[in-house]
Amino acid sequence: MSQEIENIKASYPLFRNDEYKENLANKREAYEERHPQTKIDEVFQWTTTQEYQDLNFNREALTVNPAKACQPLGAVLCALGFEKTMPYVHGSQGCVAYFRTYFNRHFKEPVACVSDSMTEDAAVFGGQKNMMAGLENCKALYKPEVIAVSTTCMAEVIGDDLNAFINNAKKAGHVEQDFPTPFAHTPSFVGSHTTGWDNMFEGMAKYFTLNHMTDKQVGSNGKINLVPGFETYLGNFRVIHRMMKEMGVDYSLLSDPSEVLDTPADGTFRMYAGGTTQAEIKDAPNAIDTLLLQPWQLEKTKKFVQTIWHQPATAINIPMGLQWTDDFLMKISELTGKPIPASLELERGRLVDMMTDSHTWLHGKRFSYYGDADFVMGLTKFLLEMGAEPADVLCNHANKRWLKAMEKLLKDSPYGQNTKVHIGKDLWHFRSLVFTNKPDFMIGNSYGKFIQRDTFYKGEEFEVPLIRIGFPIFDRHHLHRMTTLGYEGAIYMLTTIVNAVLEQLDKETKGMGTTDYNYDLIR
Amino acid sequence: MALRQCAIYGKGGIGKSTTTQNLVSALAELGNSVMIVGCDPKADSTRLILHAKAQTTIMSLAAEAGSVEDLELEDVLKAGYRNIKCVESGGPEPGVGCAGRGVITAINFLEEEGAYDDDLDFVFYDVLGDVVCGGFAMPIRENKAQEIYIVCSGEMMAMYAANNIAKGIVKYANSGSVRLAGLICNSRETAREDELISALAAKLGTTMIHFVPRDNVVQRAEIRRMTVIEYEPGAKQAEEYRQLATKIRDNKNFVIPTPITMDELEELMMEFGIIDDVDESIVGVSAAAEATA
Repeated sequence: MSQEIENIKASYPLFRNDEYKENLANKREAYEERHPQTKIDEVFQWTTTQEYQDLNFNREALTVNPAKACQPLGAVLCALGFEKTMPYVHGSQGCVAYFRTYFNRHFKEPVACVSDSMTEDAAVFGGQKNMMAGLENCKALYKPEVIAVSTTCMAEVIGDDLNAFINNAKKAGHVEQDFPTPFAHTPSFVGSHTTGWDNMFEGMAKYFTLNHMTDKQVGSNGKINLVPGFETYLGNFRVIHRMMKEMGVDYSLLSDPSEVLDTPADGTFRMYAGGTTQAEIKDAPNAIDTLLLQPWQLEKTKKFVQTIWHQPATAINIPMGLQWTDDFLMKISELTGKPIPASLELERGRLVDMMTDSHTWLHGKRFSYYGDADFVMGLTKFLLEMGAEPADVLCNHANKRWLKAMEKLLKDSPYGQNTKVHIGKDLWHFRSLVFTNKPDFMIGNSYGKFIQRDTFYKGEEFEVPLIRIGFPIFDRHHLHRMTTLGYEGAIYMLTTIVNAVLEQLDKETKGMGTTDYNYDLIR
Repeated sequence: MALRQCAIYGKGGIGKSTTTQNLVSALAELGNSVMIVGCDPKADSTRLILHAKAQTTIMSLAAEAGSVEDLELEDVLKAGYRNIKCVESGGPEPGVGCAGRGVITAINFLEEEGAYDDDLDFVFYDVLGDVVCGGFAMPIRENKAQEIYIVCSGEMMAMYAANNIAKGIVKYANSGSVRLAGLICNSRETAREDELISALAAKLGTTMIHFVPRDNVVQRAEIRRMTVIEYEPGAKQAEEYRQLATKIRDNKNFVIPTPITMDELEELMMEFGIIDDVDESIVGVSAAAEATA
């Protein structure tokens, strides 16, 4: 039973050894009170039927794998995008451990974030004492230049008042009066991680600009502000920088964690790296306009830009796929008067060339996918551009206006006529849909792998492979460094998707003498 | 005799704390070993027993020590008149934190520290008037108080409150062993008060266990931070509390309450002349509008 020191095996393949097989079977027999396999299979088959789906969609009281995370997770990511900023979560410690591990597992990077560890007495008396000690300790230990405060459920349920607590902490001298402490209330039981990002950004904008608007003049600095929203593809920050530089546009990317979440292994630990400077956010009201790269997820930010900064927040779609990247660049060009340079035209031409090379493989292929509102909409746009057919599209946190916009987008394309869009639904609903309305592929985050396993269990011909685009991706390495926005992003997504199609074809046609009449060298 | 745990609920200001402390003193006089657990951030449930302004509470001591785990039972448990054990849960100042959570924390602490020892005959929970959240229902959750007494009077709002509390009890009674054990009428000297409360009790499926008349000796004792039982044992009012104590000791009438609808409650009050028949034509009409009509 024991391992050999020169050949240590993980649970797979170790548990395939006969002695382990026997041991596990005995354990199952003696202690697990397991139903007979026939019964398990009977129930499994039933969960793949239309009958079960109807019951599933009438589910009222339970969410199974929600395809969204909670507000403070988004608030932490937003804060990480600012220079020398420590995300500080007022509330329970375990929540912060969760945010950190969640990001660790996706980015494969350490993530700095502190909690003021409210315990039982803080729950009763309120967390002001924790705030006082927490701010003081955080500043002394980690020497940030900004502490961005958000909250967990615990602090929200008892109604802790961040504004009052932070001001009291300053009055009592725990941190200096002028030390930057933007904050946002981020109750986890309302909205999602994208709401939390939006709230924290509004908190940042409020802190650094609200009381300093008198000397501000829209357009006076000649810049364009770009707000990414909850964005986890590091390549997307980089491609925005590159496109703006190639256009010669003066811009501010407001919240950019691409450095701190991708620090090099050169012997120096960096708790802080890169990020939007205080000067940039303070100067933001002087810009020509502020464009929201994920507009459906930045409602509060939009309102703030329009009412406080008095900028139009010109409506755009997420710059994903061919046309919406065109629209984005033309809008930037229109607002700044800078022409679109030859380098971007060249890049666009390459994308179009790739699309014509690959479209025959994607034409009519059916995709079901899920994720955040703007990602899902941008992906829909791009798939339609490729002649692929969205089957079931799911976004848990999106609202009815989004649903209508999606339905319009789909109706306007010959490839979107049979698509169903689902809001407020979870991945257990999605699982039903993958069985009853079998697509060729799923696109989504790592959680989709369990649905793939289930479809495979039903039978090889029912298996629906997962293409990993989204957040979080825990089970593949370095995909978070890729790009999904701009022409570059479309190139990456196209490459990923078309090669998944070809991989699957190879898998299906590799039967020697049976299916290999189409096992081609050239595709 | 097995430990009996009783919770006292009722509208704020109705006299729960005064009634409870007098009742508990009478039970002690009858030879029972009793503990009072104050479940109200105001912490005024034990002052007549301890002759104190306000007892130091579990939560305030916990805040001082850093956490509840740092406390020991003898820090929070004080013995007063006739060795009645007194504990106050305590809680935050108005406007911050979560008082309900304070009650939960305090009661969990008492359980873990073994405050409910075998020598006790009775535990009384004196609970904040408005059961605003789950925390204030802590005393009637599983394995705690199984008898609930509601203090009320013949006033409209007190009866509303009593009925609402009965509704709350039903939720816990259906899944557990908590039962309504009776109404205690703490008289405000309204008309036909005893009949009215008896009628309400009947509708709720219980009885008015005792009618406590109004007597100034209660106030006189209270100024001295004493119960009537201790201050003037020979007073008529002391005898009333003794009767209440005896009835509670001998009580066997524990029911799942049958709360009534607002309409039924208003009908009952109309019957006793507490409120007039509602004239629907005047509802929502201002004085000025009436004048011009």
